[in-house]
Amino acid sequence: MSGRRSRAVGLAAAIALAAVPLVVRRDDVLNFLFLVLLSVTLAESWNIVAGYAGQVNLGHAAFFGLGALTTRALWVAGAPVLAAMVAGAAVAVVFALLVGAAAFRLRGAYFAIGTLALGEILRITVGNVRAEISTLPAATIAGYRLAHRYYLALALAAVSVVVVAALGGSRLGLGMRAIREDEEAAEASGVGALRLKLLALSLSTALAGLAGGLFAYYHISYYPAHPFSPTWTFDSLLITFIGGVGTVHGPLLGAVFYVFLKEFLAIRWVDFHLLIFGALFVAIVLLLPGGLVEAAARLRALTRRPGQAC
Amino acid sequence: MTPFLQQLVLGLLLGGLYGLAAAGLSLVFGVLKVLNVAHGQLIMLGGYGAFWLFALRGLDPFASLAVVIPAALVAGVILYWALFGWVVRAPEETRVKNSLLVGFGLALALEAAAVRLFTADERSITTGYAGAVLSVGGLAVPVVRLASLALALLLIGGLHLALARWRWGRAIRATAEDWEAALLTGIDVRRAYLLAFALGTALAGAAGTLVSVGYSISPSIGLEWTLKALVVVVLAGLGSMLGTFVGGLVLGLAEAVSAAAFGGPYREVVGLVVFFVVLVARPRGLFVR
Repeated sequence: MSGRRSRAVGLAAAIALAAVPLVVRRDDVLNFLFLVLLSVTLAESWNIVAGYAGQVNLGHAAFFGLGALTTRALWVAGAPVLAAMVAGAAVAVVFALLVGAAAFRLRGAYFAIGTLALGEILRITVGNVRAEISTLPAATIAGYRLAHRYYLALALAAVSVVVVAALGGSRLGLGMRAIREDEEAAEASGVGALRLKLLALSLSTALAGLAGGLFAYYHISYYPAHPFSPTWTFDSLLITFIGGVGTVHGPLLGAVFYVFLKEFLAIRWVDFHLLIFGALFVAIVLLLPGGLVEAAARLRALTRRPGQAC
Repeated sequence: MTPFLQQLVLGLLLGGLYGLAAAGLSLVFGVLKVLNVAHGQLIMLGGYGAFWLFALRGLDPFASLAVVIPAALVAGVILYWALFGWVVRAPEETRVKNSLLVGFGLALALEAAAVRLFTADERSITTGYAGAVLSVGGLAVPVVRLASLALALLLIGGLHLALARWRWGRAIRATAEDWEAALLTGIDVRRAYLLAFALGTALAGAAGTLVSVGYSISPSIGLEWTLKALVVVVLAGLGSMLGTFVGGLVLGLAEAVSAAAFGGPYREVVGLVVFFVVLVARPRGLFVR
């Protein structure tokens, strides 16, 4: 990927997406694109910890859920939505730093199952404490504008992509990747592993918290425990791996592919998409660890070869 | 006092199933160094096997173990050939991580397939003797659950003996200790892996059968059972099947106590909090001896 070209393509895509609500007057299209953009944000944020720092965080939904819980409470109480979202992100980051110091004592699969347990603890607790459905007041519903949600989702997805891209080329990103490859070796060459992992987790959970806030701003009614459901983590993981873990455009491609196929399959068979994505995911882990990005690169290499031969 | 004791009895009976559920996971993790997070989904499928044998053929659920366990063994062999046999070729560090990912994909696919095939309804096997209760000193002991506990203990005891005495059982233990040394002494490590994985799957099938009799099953119970089994594995450590069974009983009791102390909805939370604390306090110690 040449940096300048992908930047130009990204900018063009962002402008095109920004023009969509002006041209298309259909809510279903905007809702669909909203879902894609939310998935991009979640997957890119998950990708920071898993793809760059190499830690498979199976508790990602907890931070998404905390963002949603905080934002919804403050926003419904009368705070401006952006401030509420920032507060939601702050709560997510504070929680991440609190548990991260403990959880990062765990390596590899133990970190994964430890964070999975954390996510489940929060989900069950929130489900017990806030069991009743959360619905917006009638006045807010009357003033509901889908386009506002859409632009916010677009901005957030763009920020996530830019953050991951900036991280990829920076010293910090290099340090994170060193940890991913070999933590002891990284420590030995002067990388502060715990500090960098906590930084990666903070960035990741801040974005996840903002995404949670967006969820709370978007949905008219939902059960407060729903954004804590592990399916949000699983979606992020599937999208990132299908697209290409540890790359900037992998989660982008993955999100478009995932949401398209999911909606397409859901029209005919409810939940059937998970069977296909589960199988696809296993195949990718075993056969094509680089995901769609690697597949594209291989395909390009194949088609280029005859040209070079001449 | 009696309601509390009653809770403890029920917790102990459920704990036996936790132990059985964890035994399969522990065996696979200890020997192959592969963490199969689809273990709970295998339990779920075992439960459906027993359920359909009962619903369509009228087979008694305890008798259906004779069908479910061999079928699960075969399923384990197939899963090993198709998936986990590839995972064990990787060096140990990437092996655990890859197995986690592969198990995760498998879990999703199995759960979605179960919803397609069996619908998302909750099911449970109701036999003619389902309501039978033994009364011991004012405490009610459901007969079916007591029989399940006894069967779980029997299966784990049998496995313990097999690992101690049987030639291949000892090969499995040697492989778990140090696969390179085992290879040098002429043990077919790949076959020990295959056997351990198939046995682990068979245990999951047996656990599922018992869950479908005394409790209930649905396609979505997998994650919950995987977590229970993981909690027990962390509490009990690897290497001893009887220890794992005791770990299961401890978790069952702990859940009963916490349900009495904090209320029913929090029984899961307490187990998970204990799990996280133990995991963090002894990050390697409890898994690696």
